[in-house]
Amino acid sequence: MRSHAMRMLLAIFLILPSLSYAAGGEASYPLDAMEPDVSDQESLQRGAQTFVNYCLGCHGMSYQRYVRTADDLGIPHELMMEEMVFDPAGRIGDHMSSSMSVQNAKQWFGSVPPDLTMYTMLKGGPEYFYTYMRVFYEDTKRPFGVNNLLFENVGMPHPLVAVQGLARKVCKQIPKLAANGGEMRDPLSGEPITEELCGDELVDRGYSPLEIVEGSGTLSVDEYDQLIYDLTNFLYYTSDPSRLERERIGIYVLLFLAFFFVFTYMLGREYTKEFH
Amino acid sequence: MSAIQDSFKNVMDWVDARLPVTETYEKHLSKYYAPKNFNFWYFFGVLAVVVLVNQLLTGIWLTMSYVPSAEGAFASVEYIMRDVEYGWMLRYMHSTGASAFFLVVYLHMFRGLAYGSYQKPRELIWILGMLIYVALMAEGFFGYLLPWGNMSFWAGQVIVSLAGAIPVVGADLATWVRGDFNISGITLNRFFALHVVLIPLVLIVLVFLHILALHEVGSNNPDGVDIKKDLDEDGKPVDGIPFHPAYTIGHDLPAIVGFLFLFCIVMFYYPDGGGYLIEHPNYEPANPLKTPDLIAPVWYYTPFYSMLRAATFPLFGLDAKFWGLVVMAGAIALPAVLPWLDKSPVKSIRYKGMGSKIFLFVFIVSFFILGYLGVQHPTPVRTLIAQICTAIYFGYFLLMPWYTSVEKTKPVPDRVTMR
Repeated sequence: MRSHAMRMLLAIFLILPSLSYAAGGEASYPLDAMEPDVSDQESLQRGAQTFVNYCLGCHGMSYQRYVRTADDLGIPHELMMEEMVFDPAGRIGDHMSSSMSVQNAKQWFGSVPPDLTMYTMLKGGPEYFYTYMRVFYEDTKRPFGVNNLLFENVGMPHPLVAVQGLARKVCKQIPKLAANGGEMRDPLSGEPITEELCGDELVDRGYSPLEIVEGSGTLSVDEYDQLIYDLTNFLYYTSDPSRLERERIGIYVLLFLAFFFVFTYMLGREYTKEFH
Repeated sequence: MSAIQDSFKNVMDWVDARLPVTETYEKHLSKYYAPKNFNFWYFFGVLAVVVLVNQLLTGIWLTMSYVPSAEGAFASVEYIMRDVEYGWMLRYMHSTGASAFFLVVYLHMFRGLAYGSYQKPRELIWILGMLIYVALMAEGFFGYLLPWGNMSFWAGQVIVSLAGAIPVVGADLATWVRGDFNISGITLNRFFALHVVLIPLVLIVLVFLHILALHEVGSNNPDGVDIKKDLDEDGKPVDGIPFHPAYTIGHDLPAIVGFLFLFCIVMFYYPDGGGYLIEHPNYEPANPLKTPDLIAPVWYYTPFYSMLRAATFPLFGLDAKFWGLVVMAGAIALPAVLPWLDKSPVKSIRYKGMGSKIFLFVFIVSFFILGYLGVQHPTPVRTLIAQICTAIYFGYFLLMPWYTSVEKTKPVPDRVTMR
């Protein structure tokens, strides 16, 4: 028993220093801005649709119920049952759990896909997921043929590859920078002078190192960005569904307290006058 | 007198002959005379009581739906957030309340430091207050494990493992505290018992004694002048006004409403405080195999966490972690002996000398810096800064007998001043 405790302690000692310094693993790729809008019901509905069609097979939302989603997003219960609850024995009050078993998940992917109910909060905001879903690229060395700029060697296939199309890492001709930080131009023609950059050099200059293979996806880049925006928006909503009600009634509470403060302040002033 | 007033008086006479209701009401409220020169800094005692009541009430209702088990805890919190009517409000009131509690208590303690409220005859009030603070830290720590999120688990792991740094008995002690070789459902259940039964009882008793001791000797004030020296013909202090209603309605009620306004802004619009009130790794269940990138405590512990980490070298054959524990425990315990460290003839910072003013200012700045460093990854430079700030923290207390006795103080007025 003592040796077990000692080993545990040793493990903590070994782990502690590594905790204190940022653990590597996930590549540092800049996150794209994403401003969620949970009041946009249509966006949330489209996001929910994408979620059940492309994500739910592997990723569950074990804390979110179909009925709550339907009510908050303005989806009639019957429509929800027809279009989004795929389990024939499923009921509207069920949690939106994935049907994939833990055993299968471990066998197929090496680990259980994370639950997505609060994924955006877990990652500190919606930006991570919004970026992550848009930076898969072709990598024939990976078991599923794709890799991810944000999450190096991720164990997940790209479920939306047929929609987005296949992205490849490319080198791009971009304007060369002068010593003063401005873009260099040919003094005679006025044309920008370009240089070929690849990979991280492009990222550092603010360019994407990826390019979609022409005709490999059904959506344009903008349409795909919108699809992922809606999906991220939906995930942001499920991370805390109380947000809708909370932000609505918060205003009334604050207004009441502001009015009440005026009265209590004036009452207090009368008392102060009397006693001082 | 009307018949109704007559019968009310009869009832009160009957009760008072058996239970001192009127006497208690007068002693602690209507005839408890508080100095009339209270300022902004005197809001935080009553606000601490307001937050305590908030924590007790929301805690009781949260307990009705919370499941204290490793299997059910995390899901039950989400059940409260999604399926319990206004459960999200109860939970956010409780989680925001925890931070608010520490905020008002820190401001309350600062008031005590600045106006010398710990000095004779208020030593016991101060010590009881320090015990409340320690109980509050324990309450917060035990409560933090209950959501069974990943940060709950790892914060619990790091803090309990500190006991393991104690020579000889450490490892067994840590096992004894956990009830297991690792943080587990057994640990969760005992922390739940401590969080909802033992510590709240201790807190309520301590708060009761804190107020009882205060009402025995009377409140200090920003001038540190004893108002009991000047009594009028009825034996009431000339510079005192009755706590109720002069302070309850005249001073505290608007303050409580103002405080609730700020509280509600956070609770309704920023309940996770950008990851500082509810930390991001706590959005996934406890996972012993997955360590968060940065294990940082919630903001109210961070100054002491910095001091823990500031001890980086072994000494006398004992390793650095043990000394970190000693430094942290010392930093928490040391303020309790403050009444005997302050040798100044005056109470309030208004009349103390330059030494006290500079030390108090530098002490507060160091405390903020330590708090900031506690949520950052340590680097050699940051560790050095933390070490300097730790030295200042201890210096403020340990050098106090010296700088309070050599500095030149200003004359204290006979009566309280209104400014």
